[in-house]
Amino acid sequence: MSQSHKKPLIELRSSPHLRPQLRQTPSVDSIMRNVVLALLPICAFAVYRFGISALALILTVLAACLLTEALFNKLGKRPGSLNDYSAVITALLLALTLPPGFPLWMGAVAGFIAIALGKAMFGGLGYNLFNPALVGRAFAQAAFPGAITSWTPAGVEGRFVEFIPSTLTLPFTKPPEVADWVNQVAVDGFSGATPLALQKFAGEMTAAGELFTGMVAGSLGETSALLILLCGLYLIARRMMDWRIPVGILGSAALVGGLFYLIDPTQYPDPIFILFSGGLMLGAMFMASDMVASPVTPLGVWVYAILIGVLTVMIRLFAGLPEGVMYAILLGNAAAPLIEQLTQPRAYGHKRSKQRKEQA
Amino acid sequence: MGLLSWFRPAAPRHGIHADDHKADTCGLAIRRLPFAPRLIVPLAQHVGAPSRPIVRIGQEVLRGECIAEAGGHVSVAQHAPASGTVEAIELRQMARGDVGQAIVIRVNQADSQQAIGLPQDLAGLSREELLALIQQSGMVGLGGAAFPTHVKLDIKPETPIDTLLVNGCECEPYLTCDHRVMLEYSEHLLQGIDLALRITGAGKAIIGIEDNKPDAIAKLQGLIPAASPIQVRAVPSFYPQGAEKVLLRTLLGREVPSGGLMSQVGATMQNVGTLAAIGRLLPRGESLIERVVTVAGPGVERPGNYIIPIGTPVGFVLEQVGFHGKTTELVLGGPMMGQSLANLEAPIGKGSSGLLVMDEAAIQQEQRKSYPCIKCGECVRACPLHLNPKELGLLAAKREYALMAERFHLNDCFECGCCTLVCPSAIPLVQHFRIAKAVNRERAA
Repeated sequence: MSQSHKKPLIELRSSPHLRPQLRQTPSVDSIMRNVVLALLPICAFAVYRFGISALALILTVLAACLLTEALFNKLGKRPGSLNDYSAVITALLLALTLPPGFPLWMGAVAGFIAIALGKAMFGGLGYNLFNPALVGRAFAQAAFPGAITSWTPAGVEGRFVEFIPSTLTLPFTKPPEVADWVNQVAVDGFSGATPLALQKFAGEMTAAGELFTGMVAGSLGETSALLILLCGLYLIARRMMDWRIPVGILGSAALVGGLFYLIDPTQYPDPIFILFSGGLMLGAMFMASDMVASPVTPLGVWVYAILIGVLTVMIRLFAGLPEGVMYAILLGNAAAPLIEQLTQPRAYGHKRSKQRKEQA
Repeated sequence: MGLLSWFRPAAPRHGIHADDHKADTCGLAIRRLPFAPRLIVPLAQHVGAPSRPIVRIGQEVLRGECIAEAGGHVSVAQHAPASGTVEAIELRQMARGDVGQAIVIRVNQADSQQAIGLPQDLAGLSREELLALIQQSGMVGLGGAAFPTHVKLDIKPETPIDTLLVNGCECEPYLTCDHRVMLEYSEHLLQGIDLALRITGAGKAIIGIEDNKPDAIAKLQGLIPAASPIQVRAVPSFYPQGAEKVLLRTLLGREVPSGGLMSQVGATMQNVGTLAAIGRLLPRGESLIERVVTVAGPGVERPGNYIIPIGTPVGFVLEQVGFHGKTTELVLGGPMMGQSLANLEAPIGKGSSGLLVMDEAAIQQEQRKSYPCIKCGECVRACPLHLNPKELGLLAAKREYALMAERFHLNDCFECGCCTLVCPSAIPLVQHFRIAKAVNRERAA
């Protein structure tokens, strides 16, 4: 055979030989980058509401998470994983669950725990059983019960020049009581309670409009439900989040909450309040939807989401805590492998009953 | 299930919408390539036993003359794709880089290259006689599987079938040879279907064509008389709609039982190219000595569908159509399931539906960083067989190959590659599955 062309260098690989459809399926780092992007407006709004204390807390948690990630990469001799943004997401989500005046050193500890116990111990990205941010938050709840329930009002004058006193607490010292400071700065009638606590313990309802725009007391991310909704919709529109999870959680929470409201409107909050108060919106949009800790089967995703929605309402209405999103999601995470196991789709050419037996 | 199944989202598509790249070639009429100086006819270019050569070195052969007989029941004859001299019967490098026996024919370019064959009347022939003719004509599945056609059409009377399915989907990107065959050999295709209906005893035939080929659908519908047992059905375009198991589900709502055959559920399937070849060659008494191949890809200067003699070296084809690119990946077949070519001397075989030249940019793009599985579920949604590639991939990483087969239906996977293509972590899932299957086969042996 005569070869008029110069011989090409031939590459060999096994099929498929098409380039990945980046338009259809983005890569992991671009998914993570977009989640960070979607969280930034929420963080910015938190800073607007609570001032430099919020900013310092977010940055501290971020630094703690990134340093911890780097440390464990080094210890585990794993390739650098800082550039995949997953630690950034954990940090931002964790910071958003903390109260604005949360002492910075406690934030750093929570960040360390989130990455170390929530993620690195399981083997890093993709191997965690629970949402790492919620592991950090659960630790903080147990370790610092006082600080994590000390709320300050939003929109305080001077919030951009002055820290909330408890923010700069020295490590391993008791934070100062913020009640006096709150009385100084707060508009009349602020009781240092979140809308959920007000509802649960005092029977006071916060107006839906206030919840929607977010000028209420609460943790950094218990902010404007509207903003969180928009940021979540961005990810859904880009097909970087499973829409079934927020829809399932919010839908089932509204349904169950509405049922109780119908039974006794004086005792139970209305479903609008349930949806837009506390951390439900943030949890449903950004925490429960953590791909790693949620099931992959189509039916399993619905079961998982509904479980979380129902648990959240049950904890809020019947447990001693005003807020139940965190525990509901952690329980959902724990149940995810089992849910997935039980909801395996019927494989082509197999009978369902037989397949069950095989997998049992 | 009951209540819970109510929450199941509307039937997921299960497959992918890849860029199809078909526009370059689907509008171009089929052209003929000249004969290469030497043709390499592999003795094992079909599934089953290799053919047995019946010529000796130095012998003159005529185009279409039988040069090797079937080596068993699951085997077919081979014929000289051109008139010339048998130069060698020896081991030659094949497409995958393996070696195999082949008959090398030095083409006599001065010859008229008229294919030999005696026209025959098929009307009075029995089912067995037709099957023997098909085996003797060297016919195999032209869709890519290269399974001997007479074996597949041999439907036993104990297990009758009701429907003959005709696969005109051509879901692989780039490939348009079936599309062109449906347009340019429509009558032959319908004759082939008639013959296949006679042989299989099926009451009706359904031609499934993806709805991205409206011209082919219209053309065939126009040719089929009202009372015909043949019907054309447009099916949604996605990859891998043209996979046997998938198209069966689409057209009839039936599924091939795991590890079983399609005939167990009353159907059999043939590719349009195969049936068009039967309809064209059998009445003329000719044999399968050439096929339509889509030559395309970013590295090809004159892409198109070409009639290429079996045994033409890939390098000769590329020389004829012109190609460019320094780092190049050559693919025989479609880009999703075809094979990388290891050398330019390898011949075009009966199962080669496409010859693609991918360029550097496409290759660079593929070399993405691989991340751990983030359990996003994209692969689970993409798998056309509703397997769980995520679980299979995690087990493969742990080398739990036996467990993959026992609990997660590894052996049902037909390696369409959807899972690999959609994985955001760039995990080579289907590649892992191939390794797992190979290891399992080896352990079983």
